[in-house]
Amino acid sequence: MHIRLKIWRQENSQDAGRMQDYELAAVDPDMSFLEMLDMLNEQLLGKGERTIEFDHDCREGICGQCGVMINGRAHGPLKNTTTCQLHMRSFAEGEVIYIEPFRATAFPVKCDLKIDRSALDRVIQAGGFISVNTGQAPEANSIPVGHGVAEAAFDAAACIGCGACVAVCKNSSAALFTSAKITHLVLLPQGEVEASERVRQMVDQMDAEGFGHCSNTEACEAECPQQISVLHIARMNWEYNKLQLLKT
Amino acid sequence: MLESKIPDGPLEDKWRYYKEHAKLVNPANRRKLEVIVVGTGLAGSSIAASLGEMGYRVKSFCFQDTPRRAHSVAAQGGVNACKNYKNDGDNIFRMFYDTIKGGDFRSREGNVYRLAECSASLIDQAVAQGVPFGREYGGYLNNRSFGGVQVSRTFYARGQTGQQLLLGAYQALMRQVHLGTVQLFARHEMLDLVTIDGKARGVIVRNLDTGNIERHGAHAVILATGGFGKIYYLSTLAMGCNGSAIWRAHKKGALIANPSWTQIHPTSLPQSGEYQSKLTLMSESLRNDGRIWVPKNQDEKRLPNQVPEEDRDYYLERRYPAFGNLSPRDIASRAAKERIDAGYGIGPLKNAVYLDFSRAIKEQGEPKIREKYGNLFRMYEKITGIDAYKEPMRISPAAHFSMGGLWVDYELMTTIPGLFALGEANFADHGANRLGANSLLQACVDGYFIAPYTLGNYLADEIKTPTIDTSQLAFDSAAARVEGQLRALMSIGGKLSADHFHKTLGKILYDKCGLSRSREGLEQAINEIKALRQQFYEQLYIPGGMAINSELEKAGRVADYLELGELMCYDALTREESCGAHFRVEYQTPEGEAKRNDRDFSFISAWEWAGSHNPPVLHKEPLKFEFVTPTVRSYK
Repeated sequence: MHIRLKIWRQENSQDAGRMQDYELAAVDPDMSFLEMLDMLNEQLLGKGERTIEFDHDCREGICGQCGVMINGRAHGPLKNTTTCQLHMRSFAEGEVIYIEPFRATAFPVKCDLKIDRSALDRVIQAGGFISVNTGQAPEANSIPVGHGVAEAAFDAAACIGCGACVAVCKNSSAALFTSAKITHLVLLPQGEVEASERVRQMVDQMDAEGFGHCSNTEACEAECPQQISVLHIARMNWEYNKLQLLKT
Repeated sequence: MLESKIPDGPLEDKWRYYKEHAKLVNPANRRKLEVIVVGTGLAGSSIAASLGEMGYRVKSFCFQDTPRRAHSVAAQGGVNACKNYKNDGDNIFRMFYDTIKGGDFRSREGNVYRLAECSASLIDQAVAQGVPFGREYGGYLNNRSFGGVQVSRTFYARGQTGQQLLLGAYQALMRQVHLGTVQLFARHEMLDLVTIDGKARGVIVRNLDTGNIERHGAHAVILATGGFGKIYYLSTLAMGCNGSAIWRAHKKGALIANPSWTQIHPTSLPQSGEYQSKLTLMSESLRNDGRIWVPKNQDEKRLPNQVPEEDRDYYLERRYPAFGNLSPRDIASRAAKERIDAGYGIGPLKNAVYLDFSRAIKEQGEPKIREKYGNLFRMYEKITGIDAYKEPMRISPAAHFSMGGLWVDYELMTTIPGLFALGEANFADHGANRLGANSLLQACVDGYFIAPYTLGNYLADEIKTPTIDTSQLAFDSAAARVEGQLRALMSIGGKLSADHFHKTLGKILYDKCGLSRSREGLEQAINEIKALRQQFYEQLYIPGGMAINSELEKAGRVADYLELGELMCYDALTREESCGAHFRVEYQTPEGEAKRNDRDFSFISAWEWAGSHNPPVLHKEPLKFEFVTPTVRSYK
């Protein structure tokens, strides 16, 4: 295939950045999107030009590190698919493809398509865990968890922290990410004990990082590679409101 | 020289005895002691979090943008633990024996027994952290069986067990970061180890955002940097996985053990083109319900579903009736290669075999199969465009796990005092072949349950050592050397990319030091790698500057791979037997099975760096078998 690319180039966080045009011939439709970028980089390097910086690691859809806006959509045109699992057969011959970094105030651009998502780590640091030290856990089967409950907790726990939910949200809200962790932990008996403290701290941290509020457009769920449900946001709000009521 | 420090006494008492006699550091002194942990996968996150909980001052480093990306996240199938929840006769000794036998009697009895012994606690720990393992309807934990084993001892969280275990460890780590006991350094890559008076005292790291070279001192350094299977370029590993940290430590004096033992995983997706950057793994758990076959006819033109039973060769079931499709990985990989090489491979490149679920779907129903493996089928369809509920998957062997790594003793300490290696970065426990679902286990057990004791035993003698001053000469010279290396790579000014050299090296290794090896091939490979290394230093080109520069990162890793690859070939060359993942064509039975030589090769090969122009020096740690008798490994 022959494709035309318009890619965001930005030297560093101070640089204003700009779109730049590239063309690629002989693209194999079975190539993954990132392999196409590898091919472009190999050609840029051959011409002595600086290669395009992009984040990626596992290339099997699980680490959450890759992730760019492709033609205005997080992770590209396929539903529930990470960028590394997107293949060139999803594009048309001669198509113009726009590639930009995920954009949000809380995700500053570092270079080209690389961004800083450490705000999500700080949301987890604020309480996205069960407070248990090593070596003191009780026998695992002493805490029965119903099959359905475990599966529901898993559905929420499957979040890969890619940040697509933030990037597609018009308010740059991290509500889907944060609520997924809250649901995962609050559904389990082990995590329920510190539920209210967790919700308060994580929601406060989310605000402190500069993520916007959720206004229920549900774009996050539509673009989430792991099909995380917006119902978790309802649960987060319910837990948060319950906390406010009980406090007063 | 090589003292494994395995405690004397009965197998089942060794670890208890060690723990009872290990030295302790009192809580007030722990606050004075600093520990560096490189890597944030299961081993790295779990030890950093555990040490933070205990009150040590910990610095945690990873090259990714956040610790949650570490490649442990990609492990799919499960984690072993002998809980005997299925009442099917599992116990610590049986798990120990399966692992020793699976590793083809090339691992230490004491280490392997401890792995089995600690396995049950790991499930307890993970459940307490909220890892959503698969459950029975009554609320109790479920498990399944895995290759090389006849009991059900593998716990799983759908096909994302590694992800969920890692998130548990990551969350424990984040908790400590919040409490201030652990300092986190993401996007930092370790480029050298600093030793003072023979002891590990710190690291030199490159801040991958700014390009700055930073110095960090500590009373002990832990490398939990994972394996180096990516040396083959095409592998199941993440693109960033590398051998640099352990290689730099090796050049500072730490011995590397059994580097040529790389597991080739049997259930990966086949290569489909030259441009490909990686081979994606499909969980081995698929072999529980999937049947592996190739057509009996080399020129089979019919679609797989149209090939009748009598024209299919279920070669694993035929050759290994007792274990069948659940044969261990080395056996299953080699059997696939044998069929592919014999001309029975399937797919456009004739480089794959079928993994067929039609019988399981007929017997159990599609919803049950969907529940067990849904995400794997979805992933398969995304990559190949094929619906595996309707036609068989195509699978092929791919480079996967490094059984070799830094040599460590029973305390997980390398030959450099104060330098520890955990998880896949060390060589311990798996012998010449790793059984499925034991890698997550080893990484977790090293980090949660072993190193917290053994590190304390070491640090108890360090409480009088003041905070390490990073302006010392040893830090100056290590930093200068790292800066010199980076400048040298940048200034080569050739025409070829780091990837070009990586791919070329990978092909040499896959062909000559991969699924099967020969003296002739290995000797050729050593010469080819030497020539490639020379070309690398003449022809490499790195565009861009010293700050954010992925090409520079890759070049440094490839430079190390070019040395490590040669060592792998030396290691394979000296081991004149076939065992586990190591199959020397000169040493096989008339039926084509691996032929081990216990009389001459019952030892661990530990290699010493002797300079870039000298052959490495071999040290041998003899393996003693007091509790089991090495037998011919038969899965028939």
